[in-house]
Amino acid sequence: MLQRCGACQTIAYPPRDLCGCCWADSLSWVEIDAGGVFLAETTLHTSTNVYFRERMPWRIGVIKLDAGPTIIAHAHADAKEGARVCMLARTDKSGQGVFIALPERETPNMADDKALRELTCDPKHRRVLVTDVRHPTGQALARGLVRAGAGKVFLGVAEQWKPFVGRDELYALPNTEVAPLDLSDADSIADLTSSIGGKVDILINTAQHMRPGSAMTRRDAITARDEMEFNYFGPLRLLQSFGPAMRSRGADGANSAVAWVNVLSVFALANWPAYGLSAASQAAALSLSQCARGDFAGSGVKVVNIFHGPIDDEWHQPLPPPKVAPEALGAGIVGALQQGLEQSFIGDVAKDIETRWREDPALLERELTLARLMD
Amino acid sequence: MTTLQMLSTALLSGKVRVVDLTHTLDPDFPVLVLPPEFGQCQPFRVEEVSRYDERGPAWYWRRFSCNEHTGTHFDAPIHWITGKDLPNASVDTIAADAFVRPACVLDFSAEAARDEDFVLTSAHVQAWEEKYGQIEPGHWVLLRTDWSKRSGAAYLNMRDDGAHSPGPDATAIRYLLEERGIVGFGVETIGTDAGQGGHFDPPYPAHHFLHGANRYGLQCLSNLDQLPARGAVLVCPPLKIKHGSGSPLRVLALVEQSDA
Repeated sequence: MLQRCGACQTIAYPPRDLCGCCWADSLSWVEIDAGGVFLAETTLHTSTNVYFRERMPWRIGVIKLDAGPTIIAHAHADAKEGARVCMLARTDKSGQGVFIALPERETPNMADDKALRELTCDPKHRRVLVTDVRHPTGQALARGLVRAGAGKVFLGVAEQWKPFVGRDELYALPNTEVAPLDLSDADSIADLTSSIGGKVDILINTAQHMRPGSAMTRRDAITARDEMEFNYFGPLRLLQSFGPAMRSRGADGANSAVAWVNVLSVFALANWPAYGLSAASQAAALSLSQCARGDFAGSGVKVVNIFHGPIDDEWHQPLPPPKVAPEALGAGIVGALQQGLEQSFIGDVAKDIETRWREDPALLERELTLARLMD
Repeated sequence: MTTLQMLSTALLSGKVRVVDLTHTLDPDFPVLVLPPEFGQCQPFRVEEVSRYDERGPAWYWRRFSCNEHTGTHFDAPIHWITGKDLPNASVDTIAADAFVRPACVLDFSAEAARDEDFVLTSAHVQAWEEKYGQIEPGHWVLLRTDWSKRSGAAYLNMRDDGAHSPGPDATAIRYLLEERGIVGFGVETIGTDAGQGGHFDPPYPAHHFLHGANRYGLQCLSNLDQLPARGAVLVCPPLKIKHGSGSPLRVLALVEQSDA
């Protein structure tokens, strides 16, 4: 996205208060064509910046965007001078928005490029902790991560004395290791941190406790407390135990810590009373993720929020479709990491809620909370 | 010498030994698993308040939480619907003398080893009495199955159709209550009823009859293999929780050492 002048349609770069062409003050952010031409390249061999000093040599280029401006950007090794390129906007390790010029068409092992990997959280070669593989989402995700070439996938399992569907197939996956982990148990988190806390590059919290019910359809706060226990206090304990080590490993060579992933219900954005108390705990979890963004700021670890609608699992059985399949959610999480996104809405319901939330949060709230009367 | 003086002397000399029948309260210790639509038993959880640090420089203390039926625990009559209207039926109102009583230990560990769904019947109890003598009124009866020697998944022994562990049927419990007047029934398993006890008639007969008769249950006991068939004295006071349906507790047994 770049700014476009509402008066003369000129695209502005870098961002400005007034149009550099006609001085109008009606600049608005719009999606622009990602295409461009790689005009010139250079390779930096020295820098006063400590980040780049450790990563020399570093190739950059000047790109003439089809949309108008000429910009300086990071360059993928396969993007060549004189050729057409495709621009990708991402946040860098410091959290700044930057561009990287990619070859126009996909090249072999394109995702392995050093400059690109600095901007994405590709699980390939990295060590990933999936906090809950009892749930089908965690299982689908673990399979997806193995397929994506993760160096190691730690499979978080609570209450190992309780069997679960899919366990044997899951445990047979290559490059995986079972990690006893119960988010409601501070001791279990501390134990796991002491054994693998220094080598988790990506942490994906899939543990969720979602139950139907609103404030007045339930009789007590027990289930709500369980929801807060798993959906809010669980991630908080994870942040307090795994977070500091990951934050200090944001530039730990090839295997640096890169992403902290929260899997959240889209009803964290606006309450849906059918699962109203679960949604309330998800809103708390969303707020916590924003707090975590502050904690991780500048560390090189991205906080990635994945939003989903009702999952096609046993706790959402009475709901009609559309529901997001665990496989789709797992694939969406892997995709978001590969692309280096910080936020992704997966499935029809999540995308629909996102659109309505962006347009008018108050109207969305009204529609969700009055849905019962509209039926 | 008074009776208590004799006991004191025996305790100090080691003539009477104290055996701990309690599992450690541990977050990993299994809890009862009910069908998911029902409320669940919360496992033991603990969080640090301070540990000689900025939160409290000279002291270490923690906050714990659990269900009234987590770990080695006591079941009061109001735990079950059959005992809901009985007098003095919650842990805070039960007369304290029930917490210090003699115990008979029925060893059916060999049977439980052969059959994980072993069901104790009145015939089994009578066979035990033929060997060891009649169970007298006011005793605790403890069923030894060596189940406490199992750990992890093997302890709860969950399968697709639920838990599989030994326990009594209605005939055994009714015999112990109606013919023998026991004060309570204790087990090594997670409940006084068998893992499949929900399918018995009536469902959960131990809970149904014990608590309906204003009697008590003890679950998740260990070290029953260190007790004699007769002659041990059980010490099992639950926490005095207002309206409590039960409570985790420390269970001790006093055992007289033979002269050998």
